[in-house]
Amino acid sequence: MSTDTTSAEPLVEVQDAVKYFPIKQGIIVKREVGRVHAVEGVSLTVRRGETLGLVGETGCGKSTLARCITKLHPLTSGKLMFEGQDITGLSRSQVRPYRRRMQMIFQDPYGSLNPRRRVGSIIGDPFAIHGEGERDERKPKVQELMELVGLNPEHYNRFPAEFSGGQRQRIGVARALALKPSLIVADEPVSALDVSIQAQVLNLLEDLQREFSLTYVFISHDLSVVRHVSDRIAVMYLGQVVELADSEELHDRPRHPYTNALLSAASIADPDQAAARQRIVLTGDVPSPIAPPTGCRFHPRCPKAQEICVQQVPPLLARSGDPDSHLTACHFPVEPGEDLTRVTATIPDEERAE
Amino acid sequence: MSTDMTADGAPEAADGTPEPGAVAVAEAPAAPRAQSGAIQGRSPWQLAWLHLRKDKAAMISLAFIVVLVVVSISAPLLAHWIGWGPTDQDRTQGLTVDGLPVGPSGRHLLGTDNLGRDILSRTIYGSQVSLLVGVVSTLLAVAMGVLVGLVSGYFGGIVDSFLSRAMDVVLSFPFLLFAIALVSIYGSSLAISVFVIAFFSWAAVGRIVRGQTLSIREKEYVEAARSLGANDLRIMFVDVLPNLLAPVIVYTTLLIPIAIVFEATLSFLGLGVVPPTPTWGNMLSDSQDFYQVAWWFPLFPGLALLLTTLAFNLLGDGVRDALDPRAERLFQD
Repeated sequence: MSTDTTSAEPLVEVQDAVKYFPIKQGIIVKREVGRVHAVEGVSLTVRRGETLGLVGETGCGKSTLARCITKLHPLTSGKLMFEGQDITGLSRSQVRPYRRRMQMIFQDPYGSLNPRRRVGSIIGDPFAIHGEGERDERKPKVQELMELVGLNPEHYNRFPAEFSGGQRQRIGVARALALKPSLIVADEPVSALDVSIQAQVLNLLEDLQREFSLTYVFISHDLSVVRHVSDRIAVMYLGQVVELADSEELHDRPRHPYTNALLSAASIADPDQAAARQRIVLTGDVPSPIAPPTGCRFHPRCPKAQEICVQQVPPLLARSGDPDSHLTACHFPVEPGEDLTRVTATIPDEERAE
Repeated sequence: MSTDMTADGAPEAADGTPEPGAVAVAEAPAAPRAQSGAIQGRSPWQLAWLHLRKDKAAMISLAFIVVLVVVSISAPLLAHWIGWGPTDQDRTQGLTVDGLPVGPSGRHLLGTDNLGRDILSRTIYGSQVSLLVGVVSTLLAVAMGVLVGLVSGYFGGIVDSFLSRAMDVVLSFPFLLFAIALVSIYGSSLAISVFVIAFFSWAAVGRIVRGQTLSIREKEYVEAARSLGANDLRIMFVDVLPNLLAPVIVYTTLLIPIAIVFEATLSFLGLGVVPPTPTWGNMLSDSQDFYQVAWWFPLFPGLALLLTTLAFNLLGDGVRDALDPRAERLFQD
């Protein structure tokens, strides 16, 4: 999806987004005993017409961020702009008109369709909810949508259980398209599908983007998928964006040690290349988001960590030698050609992850 | 079940739609039969019915219940044929010379009771009260239970705490004491019986519905509905409720016999329907002093109660098996 988007106007702007989930205990009076820091200080811009990829490990906050953007979760703090309007503090009823223009595609094609309802009424839901058309007027619209996403319109009266995973995801796509939104947030839309079906759904999404000039926020933990579809990619770690760059730039010149590690773990189709490359194996697990590390959140696992990484949060900036569009949150960005397997961190042992 | 398997298999093959610019991977080409439209998709309810039809015990029970309903509706007609209404006393041959009930004979097929009334006629009329109270109070209980459980489970938080405690209170109430107290204040009547039974049954339904709602609320399709802008009412009734129907239907069929026995208990204790209206409960109660000399007196209302309860229970079990996707259906044929 290589449209020129550098000059395009922003569709979504996220500024210093913070989302905490309180952990409550107590039988009658619930006391807050802790917080999950799901998203912490994320600033992003999604430009009209582009595909922004969000990658990161499970639990790094990418789905939470997506749900904050589509107003399924309220932000703890920060600001959310959509089509130039501040929609941060809007109530559920106030947000309704915006819902038509931002839709979601969900990860699980089995869980995201109500098993007791017919496909026709599932896809017709957006019309029903937003009061568009009478019941009998909706049917041709729904069938048109079914045809658009490559489903047989005659299957209007079937139940989700009668479709395969790929077809179900197409149903989800049709539902998201119904109201002609400008933004579609796709939360791991293909990770539950077979590899062969993944390609079909990705191609469908690409075709639809071209046809309806859609903007995508595309979440995945699969770097090769994200690289294939995205114009720009944001890498997330423990609720923060650690690197943000154009898709090719990120793959060719990753600056953050975490991005390097992620890329080195991605699968390579050519076995010779795969054997030749050096894998960067990170020590330890992802720390708990309930008590995230100080300073740079990656420091307990980072091979390049030094004293300053424990104390100071590195800002997300364009580093020297990078284009303005390539932002990295690291005190010691990786130089091209640098071998991360040969460096060792110089921070106290108690700061290191096991 | 073999026909169902083909119906399930067909859509797999139907995804032969050409992909614009697709990577060179295609699902199996569409089988011609899938496009001919000859194979009809079956709804989960149709599948459940097909499964239920194979359950002999459930089908016999269903037949029994249908017959019972027909009998209770046509009670006046049947009484006309029998020749004795439910409260008609046979003043000439209804009692023996000692004043005891008369056994089964040509004149009274199932004998008479202690006041010389025809037991067959009374048992038939008794089914009216049993079914009416059983069904109406169950429907009331289910409606209330579903509503409270849905609201409690869906909204959670303080609403849930409050409603759950309310259900606990109702479940810990002594049923009979409450019934006796209520009857002593308002006097006994059909409406009071229905109310008391419904009042003591809804909390159990509420708990089941609440539990199910709690799990369904977290499903992705509920989140999808929310992201489309659906309001709470729509999500509760369009997205959550249809997924609750299976357990609710099962529980309803199992609740009816409990309600029937409740009613019989109340009538037995003289707290239910006012005599001389016959109910199985008050007939059993009347027979207490005579069972040693008149076996037919407690036997027939007792049998009616037993069979009805059994039929509803067996049907309920069958419905549960039919609606439960994890039941052994997969392993049959």
